[in-house]
Amino acid sequence: MSGFTFKGGIHPYEGKELTKDKPIKRFVPEGDMVYPLSQHIGAPAKPVVQKGERVLSGQLIAEAGGFVSSNIYSSVSGTVKSIAKHRVATGDMVESITIEGDGLFETAPPLPVGEIAEMSKQEVIDAIKLAGIVGMGGAGFPTHVKLSPKDPSKIYYCIVNCSECEPYLTSDYRRMIEEPDKLVAGLKIILCLFENAEGILAVEDNKPDCIRKLKELTLDEKRISVKALKTKYPQGAERQLIYATTRRAINSSMLPADAGCIVNNVDTVVSIYHAIIEKRPLTERIVTVSGDAVREPQNYLVPLGTSYRQLIEASGGFVSPPEKIISGGPMMGFAMFDLDVPIIKTSSAITCFTKDEVAARKPSNCINCGRCAEVCPGRVIPARLADFAENRDEEKFLLYNGMECCECGCCSYVCPAKRQLTQSIKTMRKQMLAKKKK
Amino acid sequence: MNELLNVSAGPHVRSKYSTDKIMGLVLLSLMPAAGYGIYHFGVNAAILIVVSVLTCVLTELIYELVMKQDITISDLSAAVTGLLLALNMPPTAAWWLPVIGGVFAIVFVKMLFGGLGQNFMNPALAGRCFLVICFAARMTDFNYDGMTSATPLMMIRTGSSVNVRDMVFGNIAGTVGETSVIAIVAGACIMLAFGIIDLKVPASYIITFVIFMGLFAGRGWDVNYLTAQLAGGGLMLGAFFMATDYATCPITDRGKIFYGICLGLMTGIFRCFSSSAEGVSFAIVFCNLLVPLIEKLTLPKCFGKGGEV
Repeated sequence: MSGFTFKGGIHPYEGKELTKDKPIKRFVPEGDMVYPLSQHIGAPAKPVVQKGERVLSGQLIAEAGGFVSSNIYSSVSGTVKSIAKHRVATGDMVESITIEGDGLFETAPPLPVGEIAEMSKQEVIDAIKLAGIVGMGGAGFPTHVKLSPKDPSKIYYCIVNCSECEPYLTSDYRRMIEEPDKLVAGLKIILCLFENAEGILAVEDNKPDCIRKLKELTLDEKRISVKALKTKYPQGAERQLIYATTRRAINSSMLPADAGCIVNNVDTVVSIYHAIIEKRPLTERIVTVSGDAVREPQNYLVPLGTSYRQLIEASGGFVSPPEKIISGGPMMGFAMFDLDVPIIKTSSAITCFTKDEVAARKPSNCINCGRCAEVCPGRVIPARLADFAENRDEEKFLLYNGMECCECGCCSYVCPAKRQLTQSIKTMRKQMLAKKKK
Repeated sequence: MNELLNVSAGPHVRSKYSTDKIMGLVLLSLMPAAGYGIYHFGVNAAILIVVSVLTCVLTELIYELVMKQDITISDLSAAVTGLLLALNMPPTAAWWLPVIGGVFAIVFVKMLFGGLGQNFMNPALAGRCFLVICFAARMTDFNYDGMTSATPLMMIRTGSSVNVRDMVFGNIAGTVGETSVIAIVAGACIMLAFGIIDLKVPASYIITFVIFMGLFAGRGWDVNYLTAQLAGGGLMLGAFFMATDYATCPITDRGKIFYGICLGLMTGIFRCFSSSAEGVSFAIVFCNLLVPLIEKLTLPKCFGKGGEV
C-alpha cells in the first residue's frame, strides 16, 4: 500500500521516538510575549495597538498589510510594552510587538464569524483571512491566498500534508493522534470551497496508527481518502507530495493550483477548524522540543510569542551543553545563536544537539560519486550546480536547471566529501531570484 | 549554559558515508583479488603491492608537504591507486617499476590537476599505460610456472586453445590481480552490497563487449571463445574497479550507460584489430577523455520538466 512516492530522497535517522508518545502538553507562558509583524510570506502586518494599551488574549494587535499578508493576534492578556525590532529564529531583526503578560489570560470575544451552514465561499475565505491563518508547515504562505486560485472549479485535489517527513518532528503526529476529528472537519471546510475536488490525507507509512484512525474517521466520507506514502525524506515537500499522491509533476515556475492541487499542512487545517467552528483566531500551535541535548523532550501546545528559552526550561533544560540549536528540524531548520526568540506561526520545533555533525567534518574535494544526483528529488546534479554557484557561472547554473532546486538538503546530507552543496546552490538561487525581481 | 552555539545553513545532519570510508571499502573489495594474486604468483606479487601502495601514499604526502597543501593521504585514495597499479603489474616485474608508475600516477595525473576527484583519467591506469609505453618488454613479460608464458589472450590470438575453467579460477598467466574472475567478482559484490558502485557501467561495458566480439571477432557466437575473452586480460578488473572510478566516469545515469557502451566498443576494437592482444587499460584511459562530452550530451531532465520520476 506504499506505492505512493517519488524518485530520489533519503532516510536520515528519524529521532521521532523521543517525543512520539508524549501527549501534547499545554504550555503556560510567563512574562513578555513577542509578536513579529512578519510571520508569513508577504507584506508585514501593521500594528493596531499603541504602547501602553491593554490587550486581551485573542485580540487583534496587527492587521494584514495587503492581500498577501496576515492578521496577528495576541495570545495573552497584558499590556503592550513596546513596538520595536526583535530577533527572530532566522537571525534577522524584525519589527515586533512585545506584550507584557499579566497572567490572567482574559479572552477577547469570539471572531465575528457566521455559522458554517449559512456561509458563502467568500465568507469562509474571509473568516480564514480574519483569523490570521498561514501555512504552518514552515513557509507561512497566507492560507486565504492559497484558497483563492484563479478558477476554483479547476481544483481537483485538496491534499493535507500529514507526512511530517522532517526528522525529530512529532507535532503533526500528535495532532493527528489526539484530534483527528478536527483535522477531518477542517478538510471538509476546505472541500466546501472546491466542489470538484477530492480530499487526500497523505500520511507517511511510519505512522500506521494515524492512517488507521483517519481511515476509520473518513469511512463514510465519499470525497476524502487516506493515502499511505512511503516513508522517505522529503516526502512532504510540496512538489514531491503532489507527485506522490496524484502523479502530477510541477516545476519551480508553477503553482500547485496549476496541477489542480492545493496543499495544506495538518496544523493549518486544524486552525481553519478553530477559526470557522470555534470562532477563535490563530494564537497557538504545537511545538516539538527534542534532540539529544534536551532533558525531557516534549510536545507542547504553545501560545505564539512564547520565547524558545521558556520552552527549553520547561523541558528540564539541557543534559549537557548543546553545540547546535535548530528552529525546526535538522533538515530544513535554522540554526540559532540566541534562545530569546519567539515562537511564531511557522515554528514547528526546537531541536537541540550536543554534537554538531556539520562542524565535525571539514568539506573536502568532490569525488564525483553521484550520490547527490541520485537522491535529488528535483533530478538535477547538485555537485555541478554547487561548482557553478561557487564560480558564479549563471549561464551554466541555469542550463543545469539550478532554479529547480527545492533546497531540501538531501545532497548535503549524503555527500561523502561533506560539501555544503545545498548552501551553495541556495545562495546562488537567492541571488538570481533577487536579480530577476529588479 | 554555554551560549556559544554553532550556526550553519541546513541540513544539520550528515550521513555516515565519507570519502575515507568509501575508499576503505574499495580497498577491502580489492583484497580477494590481491590475496589471490599473492597466493598464485608468490612473494614478488606481495612486494609489488607493498611498494606500489607505499609509493603512491608517500608521493602524495611529499607533494602536499612541498606544495604546502592540506595533507589528504588519510582519505585512502592514494592507497587505492597504489593497489590498483600493483594489480596491473606483471607478477615478475622489478620493484622499481611500480615506483615510477606510482609517482607518475600521483604527481602527473592526480595532484597536478587538483588532487582527488579532479583527475581527468584514472591515475592507476594512466600509470600503467605510461609504463607499458616506456618499458614495453618488462611490462609484457609474463613469467609463470618458472617459464615465460603467454597470457591466454595471446594464446587465443595465435590460435592455440585455452582452458576456460582455469581462466575463471585464475590459474593462468597475467598481471597480479587480473587473473581470477572469481576473486574479482567477489570483491565487486562487496562494493555492490555497500552501494559503492552500481551495475550501470560494468553491465553496459560487458554486454557491449560481448556483442562486439560476437559480431566482429570472426569466431561468431562461440561461447567458449567469448567466455575466454571475458575472463582474459584485465576486463573484469577494469569493468568493476577501474571503469567505475567516480572521478573519471560520468555522473549522470544515462551517461554511465553510454560510457559503458563506449568502453565495450573500444576494448573490442583494441582486442580485435590492434597489435596487442590486450586493450582494457587503453580503452578506459581513452574513454575517460570522452567523459565531459558524454556528460554534456546526457544532462538529465529535471522534475516537473519531463524528467523521469
